[in-house]
Amino acid sequence: MTNKVLDFERPILELEGKIRELKLLSAGSEEMASEISKLERKAQQLQKERFAKLSRWEQFQLAKHPDRPYTLDYIGELIDDFVELRGDRAYADDPAIVSGIGRFAGRSIVVMGHQKGRNTKENVYRNFGMARPEGYRKCQRLMRLADQFRLPLLCLIDTTGAYPGIGAEERGQSEAIATSLELMTRLRVPTISVVIGEGGSGGALAIGVTDRILMLEHAVYSVISPRGCASILWKNPEAERTAAEQLRMTAEDLSNLGICDERIPEAVGGAHRGLTVTANAMRTALSRHFDELASMSEEDRLNARYKKYRSIGHLEVAAQTGTPPTDE
Amino acid sequence: MAWWRRKKEPLERGKGDQKVSVPRGLWSKCDGCGEITYTDEFVQNLRVCPVCGHHHPMPTHERIAAMIDPETWELLDTELRSGDPLQFEDKKTYKSRIAKAERNAGSGDAFASGIGNIDGVPVSAGFFVFEFMGGSMGSVVGEKVTRVIERGVELKRPVVLFSASGGARMQEGILSLMQMAKTSAARGRLRDAGLPYISVCLHPTTGGVAASFAMLGDIILTEPRALVGFAGPRVIQQTIGQELPEGFQRAEFLLEHGMVDRVVSRLELREHIGALLRLLQNTPRRAEEARP
Ligand SMILES: [Zn+2]
Repeated sequence: MTNKVLDFERPILELEGKIRELKLLSAGSEEMASEISKLERKAQQLQKERFAKLSRWEQFQLAKHPDRPYTLDYIGELIDDFVELRGDRAYADDPAIVSGIGRFAGRSIVVMGHQKGRNTKENVYRNFGMARPEGYRKCQRLMRLADQFRLPLLCLIDTTGAYPGIGAEERGQSEAIATSLELMTRLRVPTISVVIGEGGSGGALAIGVTDRILMLEHAVYSVISPRGCASILWKNPEAERTAAEQLRMTAEDLSNLGICDERIPEAVGGAHRGLTVTANAMRTALSRHFDELASMSEEDRLNARYKKYRSIGHLEVAAQTGTPPTDE
Repeated sequence: MAWWRRKKEPLERGKGDQKVSVPRGLWSKCDGCGEITYTDEFVQNLRVCPVCGHHHPMPTHERIAAMIDPETWELLDTELRSGDPLQFEDKKTYKSRIAKAERNAGSGDAFASGIGNIDGVPVSAGFFVFEFMGGSMGSVVGEKVTRVIERGVELKRPVVLFSASGGARMQEGILSLMQMAKTSAARGRLRDAGLPYISVCLHPTTGGVAASFAMLGDIILTEPRALVGFAGPRVIQQTIGQELPEGFQRAEFLLEHGMVDRVVSRLELREHIGALLRLLQNTPRRAEEARP
């Protein structure tokens, strides 16, 4: 744990600290005990109220909280007999993405997800969860494996974005992401992605073109980071808070925009305050969606997936056509 | 030299023969070598410098005229306009930015789609309008690209897409990002239909457009010096904190790293696409067609 505390977490953490102190002082006094449980209920209530009205910027902070559970934490909770499978068979293994096979609710499944590090050393190894082309090509390999053995696919999304570096460009970052997108639209098996933290642009979508898109309550998913957006449109990276509001990137926003199929409740105060509670909620949702998808024929599933993405967009029809470019 | 061979071509479209009426004062200076030529000649030469071969940016209507055979182009999907799903507002509202772009670019959004012939081959084609908000892809562009591809399947025509885009359109948020998935899904259907798709990545093609259909061509072509990549050079420079090597992300760099099939001069591009489509579809060579 980094013990990093966000501003809006502080009052609750302070109250909880006081309650702990009181407990020590009360030494089993009955009068105090009822007072303490009252305070505990109050703290819970306070937390719920505060977290129900988080700004988008605060949600974004929570989504990338350094103590937030990462892919391997959820794999530990949800997947039995997990075996990591590595390498793209072309260039390298990319530790920014973890992938493998295991059992979910008793049945074999292919799992993959971005993996951030907990400390500097881990982050150097994991490249802060920002994948290079070989990471996406490893995913393609595992996706084909899922298809070949008819295993459902679960993708956990948690990345700031695909890595922008010289080597990544030399080895075709665009091609790697593009190929993943097309491949995912063609997989014959049930596929679900869950945004567990940060859904950062194309690097997130590269493992996110699935039958269902689920999001943890405090996860975000955006076309560009608030800071990147602010630099370009406001010409000032410090306008990132405003950009975060404009970008509509929270799970609630994405539900309203018809992109997120279900929001999965997190432990009160966020997933980092209760991994097991959060993972259990995820298990319930995943089981339900996988069951639904498994009951469909391959053809129906592929058609439904095509339709799902085909229909995304907000279009208007001009009353009169303008003067578009012609060769006249 | 290739450009001499093609020099008379634009005349066939009835544009070049008014050269005499162009005031002598209209000059164009090459961004590559500084050579000064008459604007009229420069435009006739598809904005390629006759001295150093530098390829200058080209307005979309000139691009369409240069790539599509005369009298064969039918512009489609012109009624589509962007909504404002996020009610986005930065320094200006998204609505006002669109209205301004529409006036300036003379296009309803950043994409022109239609059917026509390229060097005698009937195709379903699309052109990014870079003049419209940097060719960014929002709902309208995603829909139009998808329609171009689906129309290819429907009419059994090859698809040719000319990309020039900064990437996804931020003002439409997640809906823009999802256009990458939508267009890539359509591309899969074209693959199933066994029809060719030639992707021409023009300067510049980056971000969400590069990382979706533009890099999914059966054949990928580009023009000399065109910048094609996932992340913009500035972002990469900021991330790694060092100077980028000369020619980084340029067409020749991509060719060297195996990311595109060919770097083709603009003056030969139309014939080149035609020849490739005939080869892919196993149809006879044109009578006048030179061997590549
Ligand atoms: Zn020149």
